[in-house]
Amino acid sequence: MSRIWETPGGVHPPENKQQSMAHNIGHLPLPATLVIPLHQHIGAPAKVGVTVGQTVLKGQKLTDASNLNNLPVHASSSGTVIAIDDKPVAHPSGLNALCVTIASDGKDQWIEHAGISDFRQCDPLDLLQMITDAGIAGMGGAGFPAAIKLSPNHEKPVDTLIINATECEPYITADDAAMQEKTQDLIQGIEIVGHILNNPSRVLVGIENNKPQAIKALRSIIKERAIEVVSFPTKYPSGGEKQLIYILTGREVPSGGLPSDLGMICLNIGTLIAIKRAIIDGEPLISRITTVTGEACGVNRNYEVLIGTPISHLLAHNEFDERNCSRLIMGGPMMGFSLTSTEVPVVKTTNCILAPSYAEIPSDLPAQACIRCGLCAEACPASLLPQQLFWYAQAKDQERLEAHNLFDCIECGACSYVCPSNIPLVQHYRSSKGEIRKANIDKIDSDNARQRFEFRKLRLEQADEQRQVKREARRLATEQARATNSDAQSGSSAADIIAAAQQRAITKQSTPEQQKAKSERALLAAQSRLEEAENRLTEATAHGTKEQQAICGASLEGARQKVDQTQNRLKELSD
Amino acid sequence: MAFKQISSPHGHNPQNTGWIMQLVLLSTIPGFLALSYQFGWGTFLNLIVAVVTSLTAETAILAFRNRPIAFYLKDYSAVVTAVLLALALPPLVPWWVVVVGSLFSIVVAKQLYGGLGYNPFNPAMVGYVVLLISFPIEMTTWITPLSLLPDGVNHPGLWESISIVFAGNTPVDGVTGATPLDLFKHSNGLVVDQIYQNEALFSQASFAGVGWEWVNVGFLIGGLVLLKTRIFTWHGPLAMLGTLALMSILFWDGGSSDSPGSPIMHLFSGASMMGAFFILTDPVSSAVSNRGRLIYGALIGLLVYVIRAWGNYPDAMAFAVLLANFAAPFIDNYTLPRTYGHTDRRKATEKQEEE
Repeated sequence: MSRIWETPGGVHPPENKQQSMAHNIGHLPLPATLVIPLHQHIGAPAKVGVTVGQTVLKGQKLTDASNLNNLPVHASSSGTVIAIDDKPVAHPSGLNALCVTIASDGKDQWIEHAGISDFRQCDPLDLLQMITDAGIAGMGGAGFPAAIKLSPNHEKPVDTLIINATECEPYITADDAAMQEKTQDLIQGIEIVGHILNNPSRVLVGIENNKPQAIKALRSIIKERAIEVVSFPTKYPSGGEKQLIYILTGREVPSGGLPSDLGMICLNIGTLIAIKRAIIDGEPLISRITTVTGEACGVNRNYEVLIGTPISHLLAHNEFDERNCSRLIMGGPMMGFSLTSTEVPVVKTTNCILAPSYAEIPSDLPAQACIRCGLCAEACPASLLPQQLFWYAQAKDQERLEAHNLFDCIECGACSYVCPSNIPLVQHYRSSKGEIRKANIDKIDSDNARQRFEFRKLRLEQADEQRQVKREARRLATEQARATNSDAQSGSSAADIIAAAQQRAITKQSTPEQQKAKSERALLAAQSRLEEAENRLTEATAHGTKEQQAICGASLEGARQKVDQTQNRLKELSD
Repeated sequence: MAFKQISSPHGHNPQNTGWIMQLVLLSTIPGFLALSYQFGWGTFLNLIVAVVTSLTAETAILAFRNRPIAFYLKDYSAVVTAVLLALALPPLVPWWVVVVGSLFSIVVAKQLYGGLGYNPFNPAMVGYVVLLISFPIEMTTWITPLSLLPDGVNHPGLWESISIVFAGNTPVDGVTGATPLDLFKHSNGLVVDQIYQNEALFSQASFAGVGWEWVNVGFLIGGLVLLKTRIFTWHGPLAMLGTLALMSILFWDGGSSDSPGSPIMHLFSGASMMGAFFILTDPVSSAVSNRGRLIYGALIGLLVYVIRAWGNYPDAMAFAVLLANFAAPFIDNYTLPRTYGHTDRRKATEKQEEE
């Protein structure tokens, strides 16, 4: 039995897990349409590789590229692509994103695919490529591409593989169900990953002690394998990657670092099952286990759901009562985000759809003053001081926020959960983080602009200098040439220049007739301006202020002088 | 159908600020009962006057500040301030003393700073110190504990108490008397053993000082309840009591005529237990981190002892708490906990590195 370490803080919200564990994993009828967002992982989305009207088979890749950063997505059933456009997706921002919509043909016909029977004979790099091609991203919530985690790290080889079976969020039982019903797949997944990582010395399955069935199922099957199932007391958020690593190993992931810095890798149950399917069965990631729960649903159950299934389809098959639903949450009650529409599709990271009733999760009460009671600090698993962070978040004191390690906040929500004044603390931290990130980007931008400006100044100065040098060189050359010439052709050149200039001046001058016509036109214009000025003055004397009268008087005087001047000039020309 | 967009976490534990304050109020009951048993109806009358004044003042200021009155009154913070002040005042003090103190606590020390959560000083203690400095005679006239009353003299009954408090009648001779800390301060030239033999306040005591020992036990019980219900952590109270005990051991001086008194007397006299569990645990004006609260509590324990032993006042809880309130933001700057993933604690004043 492995030793376990206790994390600071944590809370014990009602678990509410038994409701969805009453049934085994269910299957739903094929939805009429599947909406598959292109961006379901951390990284850049790949480009669309299909066109509207194209027929696709189940498991067919919908994107062109397939590499570590641009994970592909696949058709989760056969049918026709009917749209490629922006649709509402599962994202806290509530914004739309590019999706491929498939009208399923009901045949659910697979594309040709084949797995590998003996993965131990394969080069780990080939297996990694298969995992990438299958579009596998971390299914615990973050959606980090699995193949990136598993890629060999030459600086720090992985010696500990941690399987995150904690599932500490209330309500969610997707991993619990998978461990009980897909134990064999899970173990094979662990073995594949072990092979890719060159058999790490320790393989630990971290699981909370509120899942005795799953613990039993795992322990019964791993007897002769070098896998340890470590169960520990239930406490939220023990399933946070950093928390779990501490619980199992007593080591902390450095701030801003990754578990691989400690030679560790942490994978989720769903991810391992997906890896098994990708390698052994050759199937890409097109379905996952999702918990549908909450009192607004008549049936609470886990389902094997096709990626791209609209939430409305799930709810419709679970006696969903919309009027009784206080909010619709994707994920658990602690870290899940609210959805505004039921048309959002299930994605690779959707572990739960929670539709609580008003009695279950009532509307938030108005926030009272922070009395700095410190319950939040007692609950914080990262040993932050949430009350101080809140204080400085309100004051927008970014320096103090960073000094209080705002960016080590994992947004688990434990502080908000216990806050007796109902302050939405996490929301304050999210917005402060956003502001600081933006300020940093702005700073980089302004630094770049300053550098550009300074570089331009330097460049102009250099160009100026070069011009000076050239000018000097030319002058010297001219002087030299003049010195040599002056001996040969004495003085004649200067006289020539004067004559030429005079010639140019004459040709430029117009004939007297033209000049006269020009002056006449000027006189006419000046007279009309004079008339106009007189009119304005009469107007101003009648209605305007003293100031306006003075202005009009001055402009009248100006116009009168202009007329006199042009008349004189005309007279001169006529003479 | 559009659903509400609300950020996580969804759901909340049932605790709220009003509930915490009510628990604090309930926990003062043992102390209140001990005070009433030992000193009569005075504390009860203090309580009534203080609560009524505080709630009226709070309501008026909230109305001036255009705040929702019911919403803020429901946090019970004004009641807590009033009760703590009332428990700290001598019983049978004239009503207007209580009114002035309550007004000062609520209006100046709390609401003028921005209301609950924004007051840098403990409101009850601000009110107390204002009274102590302004009305020293009223504030230092204590009642004789029950068992030390002269033969044939009783504590005034409820009606008599009311007439003393509101009509300014004077109590019967022998009803007022010194406190153990008073006595110790003014018994120069006697060794501790002599004081203990000569003075009934000590010679008839069970372990610390007649009457006061039970008042302190009452507040200790209430404090332990709050500790058990995790309303506050042990750090502040333990550091305060520990430092007080340590100081009185260090300067015990073998019970000579210069000795400022025994550790038991210091821990169970005056405002020691009430201060440790009900005053310095006010989270708003104290240091925030556990380490910070250790330092904050120790500072109060130190100041209490220094003023009791060598200052002009027999007790010093209010002064010590207010002085430590000044220091709390400073303590906070240097007592951040070590965050997960960091090798060192940071300082709040740390500047961002310039690249």
